[in-house]
This record gives sequence, structure tokens and C-alpha cells, in this order.
Amino acid sequence: MKIEGRIWKFGSDVDTDAIIPARYLNQSDAKELAKHAMEDERPEFKKEVKKGDILLAERNFGCGSSREHAPLALKAAGISCIIAKSFARIFYRNGLNLGLPFLESSEASEAIRDGDRVRVNLTTGEIFDITQKRKFFAKPIPAFMQDLIRDGGLIKHLRKRGLKRKG
Amino acid sequence: MTITEKILASHAGRKGVSPGDLIDARVDLALGNDITAPLAIQAFEEMGSKKVFNRNRIALVPDHFTPAKDILSAEQCKILRNFAKTHRITHFFEIGEAGIEHTLLPEQGLVLPGDVVIGADSHTCTYGALGAFSTGVGSTDLGAVMATGRLWLKVPEGLKLIYYGKINPWVSGKDLILYTIGDIGVDGALYQAMEFSGEAIRHLPMSSRFTMANMAVEAGGKSGIIEPDKITLNYIKSRAKRPYRIYRSDKEARYAGVREYDVSKINPQVALPHIPSNVKDVREVGKIEIDQVVIGSCTNGHLDDLRVAARILKGKKIASSLRLIVIPATPEIYRQSLKEGIIEIFLSSGAVVSPPTCGPCLGGYMGVLAGGERALSTTNRNFRGRMGHAQSEVYLSGPAVAAASAVKGWICHPEEVMK
Repeated sequence: MKIEGRIWKFGSDVDTDAIIPARYLNQSDAKELAKHAMEDERPEFKKEVKKGDILLAERNFGCGSSREHAPLALKAAGISCIIAKSFARIFYRNGLNLGLPFLESSEASEAIRDGDRVRVNLTTGEIFDITQKRKFFAKPIPAFMQDLIRDGGLIKHLRKRGLKRKG
Repeated sequence: MTITEKILASHAGRKGVSPGDLIDARVDLALGNDITAPLAIQAFEEMGSKKVFNRNRIALVPDHFTPAKDILSAEQCKILRNFAKTHRITHFFEIGEAGIEHTLLPEQGLVLPGDVVIGADSHTCTYGALGAFSTGVGSTDLGAVMATGRLWLKVPEGLKLIYYGKINPWVSGKDLILYTIGDIGVDGALYQAMEFSGEAIRHLPMSSRFTMANMAVEAGGKSGIIEPDKITLNYIKSRAKRPYRIYRSDKEARYAGVREYDVSKINPQVALPHIPSNVKDVREVGKIEIDQVVIGSCTNGHLDDLRVAARILKGKKIASSLRLIVIPATPEIYRQSLKEGIIEIFLSSGAVVSPPTCGPCLGGYMGVLAGGERALSTTNRNFRGRMGHAQSEVYLSGPAVAAASAVKGWICHPEEVMK
């Protein structure tokens, strides 16, 4: 699975209130949420972000509340992948459940610049900075998780492939 | 094994588990609120589920933007109400009996020692104070739990935190947890189960224990837990309506880390903007003037919290330069505060008393901040824009510092108004 887009770079401990302020949580429509993604943190983001763009951050991305509205807003805004040094626990689980891929790489997080064009191969974990012509490697996304991402998240994945219940 | 490992093993039908093991765990209680449950209900329905796993083991609590603050919020509540009616959910709490979920559910005896509790709210970790494993998830996971009664989990590593020494006057669980977060950082316990232990914890009332477990997530923790003791059993004895089980960590249990804190060295703490780990001793923050004080939330809306605030505010007026908003966390706490004359003290001091709601904690309503305003709050997060305008500031403290500062007009030690 390959992804290519422009980099939006953020720092450490970007919280879910920054990703989608709680004042917009009185509804759950993905397109409405996307209109306000990152608006306090970086006001131009919601206007300029394009489908396929990649978000880059440092440590503990997505800390704070359990609102699934946060990864939902980023995905609906067009973000195709998030690369960070580390992710907050609930956000990580929520993102994958929605079919939004995450890669962990400290080197990429430090070297890649805001605005760079980057190509990501989820199967191999290769992150290629086209602008700087530099290559980084993250742990690849396992095959079953790639299927889940391709299907558009856990629910669609289960519906498509059948809900197998244990015990 | 640790207490956390024992609870998870028993819920996975296994003799033992180790950190890193992936398990399929049985869930004792699943919960959602007016923000997270609508998406979970959507996920539940999209999965093709027709029936909830157990209508007595799901709690739906409209508490964030309720009583409904606007039309959209009212629609969200309606989704919960309709779902509760369709599936005959026993524990749906309508306004009047609803309170802030993490204070309400223990009060109602719905969470008990040894339980596995999964909630679509990050502060679900609060119930660890009762010796349960509880953690927050998103809406899709909650939808799956409502359908199956199970959830896959990774067994977390343990982080043991030992508190010893004599607790100083005006210091509560809030100060201990803020101090700890200041020490280890907002990702200091990432993915870990924080185990609060030591003689100082044994002296803490349940309210302070709930506060500490509540903020485990602010250190990145998956859960926070305290072994049950006499104080725990005393709290649940009149509340429990079903059997429960007490687990304790083995002496030889292994932890990823152990840290010790001498609480006699911990004074009232304040977290400065814009991150909960930016913690200082209240005497070291300088003269910070404030526009608003909030006493409430799932962190500090307990009866004990209101009592300590009332002790400070009794016979005093709040500074004319600020607003004080007090929010009892549940109707039971509200009623008891009325009986004890606490509400009267708040009103006489110049405070406004709100019905139970999360409201201002997340900038929802009932006290949203304007640009440039500064609040001191007993809530749990001080991220940029958390309580309103992106150019507003939030400072976090316990109820004693909050009440004293409301009198002074700036952040101060309670001793400054209680000579």
C-alpha cells in the first residue's frame, strides 16, 4: 500500500482538544468535524490540507480524551497517514479502528520538514522524503491491518469479511 | 502477578498473563456518554448487531453537554435515549438522576473491585480506585463491546508508585497525582498500569483515591489502580448489588518501574498552562490573577471536595474580580451538600452552583472562557483552548487551593486565607 502527500509537521503532546476542539463535539458528522480539524493549533490547516497529505509529529501524538472524533476529523480532512515518534494509547487504537495508518519513526520525525513531499510504503515501512531525497524505515504495517485499512476501518472490515465471534 | 494481571487473567479465562500478552477479555460493565455513545451506537448498528450482550451491563450517561446546551446536543441525547429504550438498557440515566459518569457509577454500586470496565471516555480509568481494571477506549471499540461483551486488550506493564510519610495540611489526592505527573511527564506511564500504593495511600479517603486513578491517563497510563482495603470495603458495602472479588499484587510481582514519593515533602500543587505536567508548588507560581474558578468535574466534584472548599469559603466573599462556579458531580452529592449547608455557603460567598455536568471542563458550556481569560480549575486538563478560547489559560489545582484563590483573586496557598 503506497501513499504520497505533503507533510504537515507538529510537535510533541498534540492533544485531542487541539485536533478537534470539544465545542464541535455536539455532533458526529465526519465532514463537519473535518472543517474544524486543528483550527486552534494551526488555522490554515483545514483550508489547505489536501487528500493524501501526511501528518508528522514528535512524541505522544493524540494524548488526552478518547474522542474518536479526533482521528475521524483528520481522516475526513484528507490525512492518509500519521508518522510520529510515539502515539497516545487510545488515539492509536481509535485511528486504526477507523482505518487510518500510523507509523513510528524517530528519525523521520526529526529529519522531515514541514511542506516536504513524502511517499510512504505501508507494506515495507519505507518512508521516502521526495523533497530531501532521504529514506527512513518504520516497522511495516502487518498484512491483516493493511486489509483493515484498505476496507476503511474495523466495522467495514468485519462487515465485508464476516464477523467471526470467539467462544 | 500484579493486581492488574490477576484481574485480566481471570477475565480471559487464563491462569496467568504477562505484560505484552494479547487477551480477549470479558467485560463487566461498558459505558458511554452523550459525546461518545452516538458514534458507538452507529458502529453497533453498522456491524449488523441486533442485540446488546447484556442490557444490565451497559451504562449510558448523558453528562457532557447536559442538560442539553443546544439543538445538536439534544439530538445526541435523543440517540442515547432511543437506544436505551429499544434495548431496554437498565442503566440509562436521565437528567435528575444523571451525574458525571465516573462519580455516578461507583456511587450507584455499578463498578466493583475485580471488575473489567471499558468506557468510551478517557477518564474511565477512575474506577481503578476500587481495585478494578478500567480503561478508556473510542466509540468503535465501545460499539463492539456492546455487541459482544468482550474486547481484545494488551496486558500492560506495571508502574508501581509508592507514597510514604505524613500528608501535609490542605494536601489531597489531586496534589499527589499532579506532583507525580510533574515528575514522570504526560507520557511517563504510556501504555502502563499505574499502581498507587504505600502507607500514605492507605490513609486517603475514597474521594482522593478516585482523583488519583482518574488522572492516570494524564500521565499516558492505560489504567490506574489501588488495592482494596477497609476504606474501599466500607465504601462499597452499602452500594454493591452483585458479588465482587478482591485481588492483590503478589510480593514478587514484577514491574517495569518503581518510584517512591515522600508525601511530607509535597505541598499543594498547581499545573500551569498548557500541559498537566507543568507542575509547581503553589508557593512558587507567583502572583497569578485569575478571572474564573471552577470546582467540580469527574476529578474533584466529590462531596469531600465540596466540603473542603466550603470550609475555606465559609463566612467569606469571593474576590469581586472573578467568578466562582461550583458543580456537584452527582444529584446525591448535591442533595447531601444542601443538607450540610454547603450550598448555602457557596451561594453566600458569591458562587454560582450548577447542576451536575462536565460542562466547562472541556469548554462545552456553563463557564466557557473568553480570549485572554485565565481560569483556575479542579478539573484534569489544561491544554490550550480546553475551556474555551484558544487564547485563554487553564491552571489546575485541588479544591482547597481553588477555593482560597477565589477569595484572594490570585492563585494562593489555603493558609493565606485560613490563618
